[in-house]
Amino acid sequence: MADMSLKKYPIPEQDPNQRNKNFAEVSLGYTEELARKESARCLQCKNKPCVAGCPVQVDIPGFIAKIGQGDFEAAYDVLKSTNTLPAVCGRVCPQETQCEERCVRAIKGQSVGIGRLERFAADRHMEKVCEAPLRPSPNGKKVAVVGSGPAGLTCAGDLAAMGYAVTVYEAFHVAGGVLMYGIPEFRLPKAIVQKEIDDLRKLGVEILTNRVVGRAETIDELLDEEGYSAVFVGTGAGLPSFMNVPGENLNSVYTANEFLTRINLMKAYKWPECDTPVRIGKRVAVVGGGNVAMDAARSAKRLGAEEVSIVYRRSEEEMPARLEEVHHAKEEGIRLVTLTNPTAILDDGKGWVRGMTVVDMELGEVDAKGRRSTHAIPGSEHDLAFETVVIAIGQSPNPLIRQTTPGLSTQRWGGIIVDESTGATSKPRVYAGGDAVTGAATVILAMGAGKIAAKSIDELVRSSEA
Amino acid sequence: MYRIVQKKTLNPQVKLMTVEAPAIAKKARPGQFIILRVHDEGERIPLTIAGFDRAAGTITIVFQEVGRTTRALGQLEEGDSILDFVGPLGIPSHTEGIRKACVIGGGLGTAIAWPQAKALHDLGAEVHMICGFRNKDLVILEDEVRAASDRTIITTDDGSNGVKGFVTDQLKALLAEGNEYDVVIAIGPLVMMKFVSQMTKPLGIRTIVSLNPVMIDGTGMCGGCRVTVGGKTKFACVDGPDFDGHEVDFDEAIRRSSMYRDEEKQSDEMHQCRMGGLSNG
Ligand SMILES: Cc1cc2nc3c(=O)[nH]c(=O)nc-3n(C[C@H](O)[C@H](O)[C@H](O)COP(=O)(O)OP(=O)(O)OC[C@H]3O[C@@H](n4cnc5c(N)ncnc54)[C@H](O)[C@@H]3O)c2cc1C
Ligand SMILES: Cc1cc2nc3c(=O)[nH]c(=O)nc-3n(C[C@H](O)[C@H](O)[C@H](O)COP(=O)(O)OP(=O)(O)OC[C@H]3O[C@@H](n4cnc5c(N)ncnc54)[C@H](O)[C@@H]3O)c2cc1C
Ligand code: FES
Repeated sequence: MADMSLKKYPIPEQDPNQRNKNFAEVSLGYTEELARKESARCLQCKNKPCVAGCPVQVDIPGFIAKIGQGDFEAAYDVLKSTNTLPAVCGRVCPQETQCEERCVRAIKGQSVGIGRLERFAADRHMEKVCEAPLRPSPNGKKVAVVGSGPAGLTCAGDLAAMGYAVTVYEAFHVAGGVLMYGIPEFRLPKAIVQKEIDDLRKLGVEILTNRVVGRAETIDELLDEEGYSAVFVGTGAGLPSFMNVPGENLNSVYTANEFLTRINLMKAYKWPECDTPVRIGKRVAVVGGGNVAMDAARSAKRLGAEEVSIVYRRSEEEMPARLEEVHHAKEEGIRLVTLTNPTAILDDGKGWVRGMTVVDMELGEVDAKGRRSTHAIPGSEHDLAFETVVIAIGQSPNPLIRQTTPGLSTQRWGGIIVDESTGATSKPRVYAGGDAVTGAATVILAMGAGKIAAKSIDELVRSSEA
Repeated sequence: MYRIVQKKTLNPQVKLMTVEAPAIAKKARPGQFIILRVHDEGERIPLTIAGFDRAAGTITIVFQEVGRTTRALGQLEEGDSILDFVGPLGIPSHTEGIRKACVIGGGLGTAIAWPQAKALHDLGAEVHMICGFRNKDLVILEDEVRAASDRTIITTDDGSNGVKGFVTDQLKALLAEGNEYDVVIAIGPLVMMKFVSQMTKPLGIRTIVSLNPVMIDGTGMCGGCRVTVGGKTKFACVDGPDFDGHEVDFDEAIRRSSMYRDEEKQSDEMHQCRMGGLSNG
């Protein structure tokens, strides 16, 4: 019999006033008891509307039923059969616009806590099970993967499971992409990402760090000289956008990429034990309204900023960030300064930031993309005081791959053009997926694209053998 | 891991290392750089590729011990390995169509300028090189520089080796002699590059400078290395490090380069303190 309580069983969390001073994970995860209780809220619908909301079609009622039966490992197996990174997705997917949005329970009350249950099953597996995944017998074919974010890792994992010898080329000194350098420890512990990557290594995937494809080897060389049957490009969207307002090059103006890389990848939060510093200041403004902005703001708070403001040109409802992140940010004392847009960053006279000139915004008609247009209210300019400004208004794909790969067609804004059903690019034997194709999107979409490409690469290799 | 196959001390603060990195050696060209990390808690720092040997698969770097990372690097010996070593990064220097060049190195900039001088010299261009140092103890790569140039002028601020005075005075003298350069390449402290550029601009002599802002990834991802050139924001790691000296906003670059001065000082002092503690204990 289903548990008909209207609300999700609350997930234990660190107290907001405690956690905004440390980098430990905010959410502590369900206990066995809570997970089983929450699983009983699932109605086990025959038509499974939730599954249609999942970009990789996880059998959601299936894995939840296993949790209900107390067979947690079986729940994990259900998840893992379509989702390569359940411990990651349980933590960072925007469930409220995917599976949970379609949950029948959400019509009256809250949806089933699908993300929390996914996380529970995955964590439980990591804690209790440590057997190495089975290594398939090699099929004698080599595939190269460029970039080790969720798209590249998923593609590599699927191909390795089919018997391919997969080599991943990663520009940074660690694998994981945004999961390592972007999303902070308090939201996605790096040990979890590391565990997933270790599993891939055990599966036989070779990961070469410190390799910038395009500068060292090019894609053509990988195909023609290094003997790879195909190449998957999952290089993400790493190029930061600027506002193009005066003052953006002042000292203590950061892009979110730089700010978060210093903190997460280079561990500036441990400075001076670790060598890389970051400047915080008393008052920090983060410009933008997505996950990246939330992460930057919450990191700044944890590093001792007294007052952190998210400056966003639309209203809170329009913020593209996950609902939970906005909620957590507010709990931690981050101010949301909405309907406000910077027009200049102000110099303190010595080249450092002293504030921003901002203008009030109004929302207008809904545009073709379904977002409301914005316009500035004339005469509403005013100054706000800050010592640090972090720009988190978006990223686009890095131009390096397109500049060094003849025959690879891209959109005007830089995205690689692919056939969505296969991941094939305009260049034979080259496939692509993730943020490099879509522009900044989500972990789960990147993973889904990696899966599709792995399947197509396998088909290509088989057909060229026949 | 990247093994150090050779280590040489050029002066008390400047060391040369040759490092095994075949994938980089295969592609490296003059003007490009690498980024390295010495240990797991370490910072990523950029160093110019001072030389490469494609057959041996090695890269040569020359570095001055100015802070925590470069000092830690200097502690490594032949046979030790560097944890991370990535490249070649940046755009190679343009050497096409240059028949006569004046290459100026200021201090450690000499190590960065030398491979560019050598590349031009090897292509048959006439190369005049001016290398400025604070005093004779700091002179580096003198033999290498002489071998890579048709005319070599060493200056020291105090006259303890070569000519007394600043590199700009020597450039002025060479120009007064009637030398017509296709290009002046100036590499050294920002202030030096600024003065050289100011001098050549009214004369209309093409001037290339090499900028070295703080970098993290070196692939165009963080934007920390941004500089203003010709009124536009550029990323030194992917659009440079060489830029038209007449277009660079040097004052901004000087200001941005001081962003972490306090942290650098504190971090270095702490580190030295710890190392001192170790060797005493
Ligand atoms: C701060 C932040 C928070 C986010 N929060 C969320 C969230 O909560 N939920 C969510 O679903 N999504 C979130 N996202 C978005 C999500 O992380 C991305 O959509 C996803 O990581 C894209 O995966 P990818 O594999 O395409 O690329 P990436 O993760 O960007 O990985 C690309 C990798 O390729 C490497 N690379 C690039 N060029 C080269 C080259 N030439 N040679 C070799 N390697 C190269 C890069 O170094 C990088 O490691 C967030 C993003 C950021 C930045
Ligand atoms: C493209 C490029 C090429 C370079 N080539 C050489 C070279 O061939 N030989 C050499 O000795 N030096 C070179 N440098 C400078 C070298 O990177 C710095 O000296 C080094 O980073 C100092 O690190 P540190 O921890 O020892 O000192 P710190 O204590 O961190 O800093 C000391 C000084 O180095 C500068 N600096 C610090 N961090 C960086 C960084 N990440 N990037 C750039 N500068 C920084 C600081 O502004 C400061 O003036 C180059 C820099 C760039 C950008
Ligand atoms: S070093 Fe990060 S963009 Fe240049």
